[in-house]
Order: sequence, then C-alpha cells, then structure tokens
Amino acid sequence: MTYTPLALTLIFVLIPLILSRTLNLGLEKDTTIATVRSVIQLLIVGYVLKFVFDTEHLVYLLLMIALMITVATLNARQKGKNIPGITWKLAVTLIVVEVITQGVLLGFHIIPPTPQYIIPISGMLIGNSMVLAILFLNRFSSEIEAHEHEIELILSLGGTPKQAVHRHLTKAIKASMIPTIEAQKTIGLVQLPGMMSGQIIGGADPIQAVQFQILIVFALLTCATLTSIIFGFLIYPSLFNERMQLIKNSFI
Amino acid sequence: MTASHVIQLDNISYKINGQIILSNISQQVQTNSITTLIGPSGSGKTTLLKLCNALISPTNGQIFVEGQAIDTFEPTVLRRKVGIVLQQAPILRTTVFENLALPRRLQHQTLTTEEALNALIDVGLDESFLMRQATDLSGGQKQKIAIARTLLNNSTILLLDEITSALDPQSVHDIEQLILKLRQRGVTIIWITHSTRQAKDLGDMTWVLMKGELVAAGTTNEIMSSKDSRIQSFLLGRTP
Ligand SMILES: Nc1ncnc2c1ncn2[C@@H]1O[C@H](COP(=O)(O)OP(=O)(O)O)[C@@H](O)[C@H]1O
Ligand SMILES: [Mg+2]
Repeated sequence: MTYTPLALTLIFVLIPLILSRTLNLGLEKDTTIATVRSVIQLLIVGYVLKFVFDTEHLVYLLLMIALMITVATLNARQKGKNIPGITWKLAVTLIVVEVITQGVLLGFHIIPPTPQYIIPISGMLIGNSMVLAILFLNRFSSEIEAHEHEIELILSLGGTPKQAVHRHLTKAIKASMIPTIEAQKTIGLVQLPGMMSGQIIGGADPIQAVQFQILIVFALLTCATLTSIIFGFLIYPSLFNERMQLIKNSFI
Repeated sequence: MTASHVIQLDNISYKINGQIILSNISQQVQTNSITTLIGPSGSGKTTLLKLCNALISPTNGQIFVEGQAIDTFEPTVLRRKVGIVLQQAPILRTTVFENLALPRRLQHQTLTTEEALNALIDVGLDESFLMRQATDLSGGQKQKIAIARTLLNNSTILLLDEITSALDPQSVHDIEQLILKLRQRGVTIIWITHSTRQAKDLGDMTWVLMKGELVAAGTTNEIMSSKDSRIQSFLLGRTP
C-alpha cells in the first residue's frame, strides 16, 4: 500500500466526525485524539520494528519486550492503584507468562528464533495477559465485596487469609478465564482473528495462516490460565495486613 | 493485672476514617463470668467484641488476653481461644454438618458425627438437622447453627453479639440455659444483648456503652440501680 490510498482511509475517520457533529454526540475531540495517537504510535512501532528486524541484535529484541511489559504493567495498574505492590506483582506475572510461552515456542523450535516471530507473538500474549489481569481484578474485588462477611467469619474462627479467600479467589480465576475459552469456541466462524487476517491479506497461504492461528489460540489458553493464577495468588495477600485482618476497601 | 483478669482493656480507642468509634476504654473481665454489654445501637458494642477477637486492632491502647498482649499472639490461635459469634453470622451454602465442621476443616481436622450431634443438642436442635441444607433453615435455626459452630472451637472466652435477637421465646430460653451451662464449664463470656431482662437475669457484670464511651461498668445489680440519668433512661426505654 502506498501513502495515497492510506490517506484516503481518513474517510473512515471523517464519517464518525461528521455524524458526531450532526447528532451532537460530542465525540469529535476523542475521535481526533484517537486518530492522531494511533497513526503516530503505529508509525513509530513500524519504524522501530524495521530497525530491530534489520539489526537482528538480541539487546534490541529484549528491549522491545521489556517495553511491552512495562507499558502493559503501567496500563493495568491504573485499575488497582491502591493495592500495595500492584506494579511488581503485575510485572512478575507478565514476565513469567512471557518466559514460559516463549520458552515453549522457542525451546521446542515451534517458531524460528527471529524478532519477526518473537515480537508480534509476545505482543499478543502480553496484551492478552494485561486484559486478563484487569478482568481478574474486577472480578476478584466484586467477589470480595459481596462476601466480606463470609471472609470475616472464617478469620474469626481461626482461619488463615488464604483459607478465607480461597473460594472467592478460585471463582474469580475461573471467571476471568471463561471469555478466553468462550472466544475460542466460535473462533473463525464469525470473525477471522486479526493475525490470521493480516497474514492472508499479506498473501500467505490460508492453511499456513490457520496453523499459526492455532498456535496462538493454544498459547493464549496457557497465557490466560497462567495470568489469572499467578496474579491471583500474588495479589490476594494485599487484602490483609500482617495481623491477618481484612483491609477494607484496599481494592477500590 | 491479676491472673483472674482474662481480658484486660487498657485505655483502648478505635478510630476509622477519622471518626472516633470507641474512646479510652479501660476495663477488665473476670475469669468464668458473664459480662453483659448493653447500650444503644451504634454505640460501638460490636466493634469492642471484634477488637477482642483481633478482627481489628485498637488505634490506641492495648488489650491483654490472659495477661498477654493480644498482638503478640498468633492471630489464628488467639481467635480460637477468644471465639466470637457475630451478629447474623453468615451460613455457608452447604449442609448443617459442613457448617459445623468448618472450624475443624480450617485446622485440617475432621469433625465426627457424634461431636456434631452434641453441638446441635447444646443449642437445642436434634440430629434431624445434621444433613439438612443450612441455608433452608429459619433465621433462628441458622443463628443456633452459628452458635454451635463457634462452640466447636472450644474457646475459653466467648464473645456473643446479639445472638438471641432472631429467636422465638423457647429458643431464647434454650440459649440462655446454654450460656449458663458454658459458664459452669469454665468459659468466660462477654455478651451483647438488647434485653435488659437478660442482662439482669444472667449477667454477673454489666458494661454500658454509649457513643463509644464506657459510661458504666460494675456488677449487674450496681448498674441496674444506677442513679446516672443516661443509664436510667436507656434502661427504661429498653425494659420489655
Ligand atoms: N468498618 C466501619 N467503617 C465505618 N464505620 C464503622 C465501621 N464499623 C463500625 N462503624 C461505625 O461505628 C459505630 C459503632 O458501630 P458498632 O460497633 O457496630 O455499634 P453497635 O454494635 O453498638 O450497634 C457505628 O456508628 C458504625 O457506623
Ligand atoms: Mg452491633
């Protein structure tokens, strides 16, 4: 694609702008900001990727991944600013997910050890992990809020914090994983996954594109499971102080 | 402090979000006695019991249990020693037996059917309840299950928060007999009650809490004949 047809795609930005103005939706400012940001961000990413691919230097690859993990951590921590230690707990979760998934993919030679593979797959997995961590946090805090008296009861009878939250923790872990599993049941039927679409448009053989997509689907399952479980077990102690007392509102 | 003071409150205060809930309370509880805790709602009675079960910690001051500072106990050990029946304690969505077995499960132990049965009989229920779904029971029956459940920790000190408020007259009588029986077994009891009659009939000592202050504490007879106008009007307003 050259820049002329790309510029013409701005029509897709003009349509919502005009409609928003006509119907007084008040979305002009947000739409404009979103447009400008996405263009700038994607262009930067494109050039950075080109640079990393061309130099083929391990340091740049690691820097890229570190950057992705940092951005994902900073983004997800917005949802739980009051939770002590949330930043490192998120970072550890994302790092473990990345290390395990890439360990399997590279260790078993499932993908070639080149930035062209490692970076996009890492991006997808880390991004998914981030969304899942946020989902888990929402779920877990509403579970805790709804069952505060039960938690208090177990503590009052001499139970440990872990015993007091165990049922609610596993419920939240399970609930946050369900969308990933459900999405995979209808995958390809309604909507072609982004990566697969991209490959097909890019001229790849659909069967090969599907094979890669299957790889991603499986990796996402592990990613979802690992994220909820690791993050869940790292985060629940933040609900309690060292006297085994429930700290009210610590997640809100 | 002497060994006969099983709980000693040493100038304790409790604040939350800058609001004073309890202020400067100093008092002690004699071993093997029933202390009734009375006062208008919102006066801080429940908060005081939660402090003694270490579900919360005082903002200032210190609580001693059997002469030992409360915050030097392992919390799980302290909470079994000083048991609490919370007001409207939650009932787990499972059988009565499983509810009763909870304290043991928390210690990775099992409860025998016989122990469960004895606990039921203690609170005036029978074996037919054992396998029933606890959430299907009436409010009063649930309350009794909650009492039996806490009793299964064999606490030497028991904190009871308005445990008879949901009960019919016969059940109230059963629970009152149980409380007397527990004292006989050597248990020390602090009991929040809304009923002046219960305080009169069962309390050895009575504490009166108003707006977070312990306005009076003494033998139940002393409190009932108090000349303090605040206490007088509170007792009159509550007498059945
Ligand atoms: N966790 C809490 N957050 C805010 N206020 C509380 C909390 N716990 C108790 N309070 C307040 O403390 C006061 C005393 O409550 P409580 O001890 O339950 O009184 P009582 O049992 O005598 O009715 C009440 O005004 C209540 O609203
Ligand atoms: Mg109360």
